[in-house]
Amino acid sequence: MTPVSPDICRGAEHQTAGQVARTSYARLLSLLAARTRDLAAAEDALSDAFRTALEHWPRTGIPDRPEAWLMTVAKRHHGAARSRARTALDALPTLHLIHPPEAAEMPAFPDHRLGLMFACTHPAVDAATQTPLMLQAVLGLPADRIAPAFLMTASALGQRLSRAKARLRALNVGFDIPDPGQIGPRLSAVLEAIHAAAALGWEPVPGSDPARADLTGEAQYLAETLITLTPHEPEPKALLALILYTTARAPARRPAYTPLSQQDTALWDATLIARADRLLADAASANCLGRFQLMAAIQSVHTERRKTGRTNWMALEMLHAALNRMHPTTGGTIAAAAVTLELHGPHAALQTLDRTTGIDSFQPYWALRAEALHRAGDPDANEALTRALGLAEDPALRAWLSHRLATQ
Amino acid sequence: MQFTILCYETAADFARRSDPEQAGPYWAGWLAYGATLAQAGVFVSGAGLLPPDSATTVRIGPAGRSVQDGPFAEVKEQLGGFFVIDVPDLETALDWAAKAPSSSSASTEVRSVLQMPG
Repeated sequence: MTPVSPDICRGAEHQTAGQVARTSYARLLSLLAARTRDLAAAEDALSDAFRTALEHWPRTGIPDRPEAWLMTVAKRHHGAARSRARTALDALPTLHLIHPPEAAEMPAFPDHRLGLMFACTHPAVDAATQTPLMLQAVLGLPADRIAPAFLMTASALGQRLSRAKARLRALNVGFDIPDPGQIGPRLSAVLEAIHAAAALGWEPVPGSDPARADLTGEAQYLAETLITLTPHEPEPKALLALILYTTARAPARRPAYTPLSQQDTALWDATLIARADRLLADAASANCLGRFQLMAAIQSVHTERRKTGRTNWMALEMLHAALNRMHPTTGGTIAAAAVTLELHGPHAALQTLDRTTGIDSFQPYWALRAEALHRAGDPDANEALTRALGLAEDPALRAWLSHRLATQ
Repeated sequence: MQFTILCYETAADFARRSDPEQAGPYWAGWLAYGATLAQAGVFVSGAGLLPPDSATTVRIGPAGRSVQDGPFAEVKEQLGGFFVIDVPDLETALDWAAKAPSSSSASTEVRSVLQMPG
């Protein structure tokens, strides 16, 4: 057998620590936070534990139960930090060598991750901070990785997250496993936060910033985690289906911006679509209609064009109407008007658009208005298109709109 | 609050201004951006600048005035123009800055307008 070089050993320990970090970070953090009711202190203790692991595992080997090892070390770090006993902290590494954390100390971990997700979307946390807080607490993403997606500097986001954690601590918000009766009402805030993370990668009509796209992958992981924590709830499954449908179509949107109706369906990812179809069917079998089931169903209808070669606008009109009754949003109104444009023509669509308010800086409104005016032969179309162009952030979308402006 | 949106552009951006293929989309993007700031009611003032090779730099040193052709510093991105906008806070200013065409091709800097004392 070839002797294993220290470098490879080091690599293996790093890899194991990385894997544990990915799969167990939220599990360990939520458990620590549930004990201490202090999210910031729990994060510090856990990151100290990961650091200790990277120092010790190369010498002592990877423990049989790395999670249990990390948990014990994190608890000791937290205890040591609290007592401010400098000597105890210094002695920790020695202590670990004499008394390595025993698996026997660790009964099966209770899973507090849902409690952690609920805490991140607690009403005391400012609505704009809930999504970044969840990305940090549940996935362990650093502020400098999250901040650009929210158009913030890392230091500004860091301060905002610290304030949120301090507020949760001041209100003594728990991170416990919620009672089954509490799950339903609080789930919608969690779904909302995950959807916001996913949507940063793919707003429906307007530009999608490629730098934000990787947050969609993180949102997918959050949705998958939520499904394992709430296996009987239909909406988390529908949210994951929604994310998968949109991810499946991503290859057809790039590199040049291509609107949904003109995308080459052969470029869509059939495996992801099949998985999304199964999830949506599973969600629907609970017979409890929700916002994300309707949103996923809309995407499912668009995706059907892959098989039928045409878009079922009637089905879309019905689903959009139901969605706007259940959860009215400006984006939903504009999307419904886009269906009206196809089914009932430009004048009907313009009637809806004229009634919509709060659209001064809403890019999809101006893009759709320009299209409706253009089809109606109205010369004001150019002014609306100029406004849509001025509000576009995505260079690919800007190129597509300026081409339209030059040719229409 | 007033903020200045400083739009930095690369040599390639400046070249697009007069390239027959690319000048159309280039100017359409900037004109639309300015018009949209105006329609949103946040536009205060602004100007586009000729490319940096048209610059003349003046400096007064120990030997008196020195006048040189070209920009003060040779850097990859040069100021191509600016807008002054009036919005409630930095977040809104950054949101508008992100929509400037220079944000995707080079960079856009946002600075608060200095309030002179008195």
